[in-house]
Amino acid sequence: MKRMFAMLLTFTLSLGLLAGCGGKQTAAEEEPASGETTGTEAALSGSVVTLGSTSMEKVMGILAEQFMLDNSGVTVSVEGGGSGAGVEAAGNGTADLGLASRGLKDEEKASGLEETVLALDGIAVIVNAENPVKDLTVEQIASIFTGETANWSGVGGSDLEIACYGREAGSGTRDGFESITDTKDACVLSQELTSTGAVIEAVRSNPQAIGYASLSAVEGQEGITALTVGGVACTEATVLDGSYAIQRPFVLVTKEGQALTAPAQAFYDFATSAAANDLIKAAGAVPVAE
Amino acid sequence: MESVLYRNGTVCQGSPNKRNRREALEQGIRLIFFLCGLLAVTAVLGISFYLILSGLPAIREIGFWNFLMGDTWASNQGLFGILPFLLSSLAGTAGAVLLGVPVGIFAAVFLAKTAPAGVAAVIRSAVSLLAGIPSVVYGLVGMVVLVPAVQRMFGLASGASLLAAIVVLAVMILPSIISVSETALRAVPKEYEEASLALGATEMETYFRVSLPAARSGVATAVVLGVGRAIGEAMAVIMVSGNVPNMPESLFAPVRFLTTAIASEMNYATVGSLWRNSLFSIGLVLFLFIMMINGMLNFFIKRKKED
Repeated sequence: MKRMFAMLLTFTLSLGLLAGCGGKQTAAEEEPASGETTGTEAALSGSVVTLGSTSMEKVMGILAEQFMLDNSGVTVSVEGGGSGAGVEAAGNGTADLGLASRGLKDEEKASGLEETVLALDGIAVIVNAENPVKDLTVEQIASIFTGETANWSGVGGSDLEIACYGREAGSGTRDGFESITDTKDACVLSQELTSTGAVIEAVRSNPQAIGYASLSAVEGQEGITALTVGGVACTEATVLDGSYAIQRPFVLVTKEGQALTAPAQAFYDFATSAAANDLIKAAGAVPVAE
Repeated sequence: MESVLYRNGTVCQGSPNKRNRREALEQGIRLIFFLCGLLAVTAVLGISFYLILSGLPAIREIGFWNFLMGDTWASNQGLFGILPFLLSSLAGTAGAVLLGVPVGIFAAVFLAKTAPAGVAAVIRSAVSLLAGIPSVVYGLVGMVVLVPAVQRMFGLASGASLLAAIVVLAVMILPSIISVSETALRAVPKEYEEASLALGATEMETYFRVSLPAARSGVATAVVLGVGRAIGEAMAVIMVSGNVPNMPESLFAPVRFLTTAIASEMNYATVGSLWRNSLFSIGLVLFLFIMMINGMLNFFIKRKKED
């Protein structure tokens, strides 16, 4: 009995050790698995590494998933790190495709990088339907979210305190909103919500609230108003023609004059084709391919 | 190995072969029970090891003091100070206990001593129903009913605040406080109360001066249980507390608790980053809190046995 107990205890303790290693194992799994071939009718095999903007992770994740379903020999990995890291990775070749949620700067273009706009990301600014305010400029929005304008009367509304609803740190929508309105790390929020739906719900139930959400999530919602920004309504058309201000491009960054690997080229073609439009839309962005 | 077979005194009448089979079966079943018992131990050990292993790196990198006492949490700027979460969790728990404990204890006195049997049965089943409501439902009702109510009542811009979290937590800890205190009150020997009444004390004097003090370790257990539940609650809190990493400067400030800090950012933190590691470190801090509370609980339970 004693010996059995000792054995079992050893076993238990070693299990504990194994459990301790769990974190590292998952870390290893998320690194790109390369050269995995299962041999399908398509000759494509290998891996595609994409890296960059965390805001693009959702779009890229959906595209990668579909592409991997269609081409079982290819592994597409989507890694974060931010737009800067994406541009850099495309430049030094550590990634097949760099992901940036902004246009390339002139000096980046001069260093031999090319951008392809994959999609546009429109962010709607929403208020409760009871709110008489229907239009704000980008500057007004920024001053509301930084707490400078604390009362709706400051922007032509009724005499009520403003409640700013935002998203939690790490959210791509928050990143996009704050970088476009130039309020990065300066927003004073009344509530941080963990999903687009929760923001819409919170704004719907509070007449004093203002919030932001992806364009696609706001369409057709009752009880809230998507503000016009500088007189321009937030619709797919105004995002596409560039007149709606709170938008940014999702860009694939490649190196000029350097051919992509076959699987990377196939993924690039798929992502920028009209066939990917529905997937991009499902991820909440506005597709640009025709 | 000793054999405990045939404890009932019956001597095996079958062949020796059959006896061996029965003995083996008996041992096998015992082994299975033993393994089931070990499963819990394995889980606790595994979780402890994992939390310590994954929680320590960030604390080491940031520095224990900076991590625990840093007053700014801004994960996208690389600032990882959990003091706002720590204080919010403590303030929320303290508020919930302050609100929930008196109500719970009075309810327990009512149930154990003064309630007519029929009323007590109804209330008791309502209390156990309250205990069974999932925390997400508490959060949902809190978000839809309580948060707008707080907003209107106090004329705020937004009702999601420390106060809303305290109220929700106070209701959530009620069932355990009521049922544990009630059991403790019922266990007080009748002679104590009879003696008090015989000496001329009124019923209420008896309950509050004799019964409750006699049941104090049970009541303390109930309070500690409530604290444990309040400090570990995430789902309901995330929906009503506002979830902004502020210091709990007022009851109306939107705050973030230790639990909700982990829940709301885990999705985004990339594997292996300092950000993710510090979320694990928050888990470790929370774990130590719960261990402390468990230690206190054991202390009270032991004292109760000695009483």
